[in-house]
Amino acid sequence: MIGGFIRNIIKDKVMLLMVLPGALWFLFFSYLPMVGTVIAFKEYRYSREGFWASIINSKWVGWDNFKFLFTTNDAYIITRNTLLYNAVFILVGLVLSVVMAIVLAEIANKKLAKVYQTGMFLPYFLSWVVVGYFAFSFLSSESGVLNQILSYFGAEPVNWYSEKKYWPVILVLVYLWKALGYNSVVYLAAIMGIDKSLYEAAMIDGAGKFQQIKNITLPMLSPIITIMTLLAIGKIFYADFGLFYQVPRNSGTLYSVTNVIDTYVYQGLKSTGEIGMSTAAGLYQSVVGFVLVITSNYIVRKFNKDSALF
Amino acid sequence: MSTLIRKERDFHKLSKTWNVLFNLFAGIFAFLCVFPFIFVVIISFTDEGVLARDGYSLLPAKWSLGAYQYVFQSGDMLLRSYGVTILVTVLGTLISLLFISFYAYAISRKSFRYRNFFAFFAFFTMLFNGGLVPTYIIVTQFLGLKDTIWALIMPLAVNAFYIMILRTFYSTSVPDAIIESGKIDGAGEFRIFLTLVLPLSLPGLATIALFSTLGYWNDWFNALLYIDDPNLVPLQSMLMRIETSMQFIMQNSTNSSLSLEALRSMPQDTSRMAMVVLATGPIIFAYPFFQRYFIQGLTVGAVKE
Repeated sequence: MIGGFIRNIIKDKVMLLMVLPGALWFLFFSYLPMVGTVIAFKEYRYSREGFWASIINSKWVGWDNFKFLFTTNDAYIITRNTLLYNAVFILVGLVLSVVMAIVLAEIANKKLAKVYQTGMFLPYFLSWVVVGYFAFSFLSSESGVLNQILSYFGAEPVNWYSEKKYWPVILVLVYLWKALGYNSVVYLAAIMGIDKSLYEAAMIDGAGKFQQIKNITLPMLSPIITIMTLLAIGKIFYADFGLFYQVPRNSGTLYSVTNVIDTYVYQGLKSTGEIGMSTAAGLYQSVVGFVLVITSNYIVRKFNKDSALF
Repeated sequence: MSTLIRKERDFHKLSKTWNVLFNLFAGIFAFLCVFPFIFVVIISFTDEGVLARDGYSLLPAKWSLGAYQYVFQSGDMLLRSYGVTILVTVLGTLISLLFISFYAYAISRKSFRYRNFFAFFAFFTMLFNGGLVPTYIIVTQFLGLKDTIWALIMPLAVNAFYIMILRTFYSTSVPDAIIESGKIDGAGEFRIFLTLVLPLSLPGLATIALFSTLGYWNDWFNALLYIDDPNLVPLQSMLMRIETSMQFIMQNSTNSSLSLEALRSMPQDTSRMAMVVLATGPIIFAYPFFQRYFIQGLTVGAVKE
């Protein structure tokens, strides 16, 4: 039994050697942190004797961290923000990127379409820090363009970085600006893959361009639309940290509309020092996220086995 | 001749009005995507005095190279950050490629007995993770990477999704017969991988390399978490730091002459925008060439084994 195991290992030694660096990486950077979530049930105290001592010596407090988290208003606000923003991103993002893909596919001059696509793709290549600077050039209260425009029309300038009510709109716009070009690529590729003879047949039957889009393009796209949407729903509990941290410049007055689970966990770690509660929030995110991914993947499998994640 | 005929019989054509409207719709959005960058470039070439008076403007009353002069004269910080970013990007991409291509190849081989185990080992990390705090504690207290260059490199080195993409690539573009023929000729597994498999899978590797390069170049999050040493601050993170310390000084400058002095020595508006331009420049120039691979990677990623 053991001899056979060793023989197998020797037989596969080259492959095992190839897998080794990556496997160690997963062990240290993914699996040990999973073990580390036990901190969520402890009152974490850093110990000089190292990592294991810190974890083992910290006092076990059971569900207390979770209780604290869910009795504060924070849990509600960060869950609401994460879910609502992602829901809007998924919905508006889907509609606009499908529309954009169809528009790009229909433009007669293919060279121009390529130029447009290159332009739209640019934001994807920029870091959130740079996007934060871009946003600032528009929103800065003294020199920003928006306030200049407002004062040109005789309106009062707005202190954008401390006015909550504008941020849901600003964040959605910035998200769309950065993601649309990238998201439409998948749909564009799918449209390019549609059998051209379908359109020819439709045209012979006298269908106009918009009838063709409605009766051929959209139905042919619907499987990929369903799958992309379900996969996005699987990740609805995770927010893009960069968007919610860099663009509002981590402004405290805006937290009630910009704080999401990811930024909350970060603050707990780096500024408020509530390690236990912050870990609890992270674990809450991971567990709900896991359930959502499994569920949405199960549904994707029902629609189309090949597109499921597993 | 044939193109002519195709043009005449183009069944896939919009009416003129709609074509114009579609062009406007796509064109305007594309322009809006590029515009903020152009705007920041303009701000960086604006005269500081004019900017203080008029605010940011598309056609400043006076142009100036002052910002760039300032940045290059006191450029120690910027140069160092460039150095860190380039080092991290090059080293990181190489390590990333090495780890990912080996791992993906091993689990793509049907003869590897433990392929399913290791495929799942990688894959499960896409479903569940320990979250930020435990990861932070592992990296700083267990691995001791805080304030080292490795804290910027290792956390981004491997990614299960890239492994999946590359595994699909290997199994679709490298036929088993080629590997068999290598074996018959007496080549060992490593030789087969290096001389037969790698050359065939260059497009796949290039895609992963580009994704990884972009990831490293644009990363600021790991620096935010793990780097306090000012000598190890990468570009993106440096931009962030200037911004936060500016804000900090502004908020506390009313009653302290010391911070006013600090404010004077900080880069001004235009110089900060010049730094943004310099930090983004390489990406902007390279991205039209990258784009093709990214689109390939995106569509390959959507296909599963």
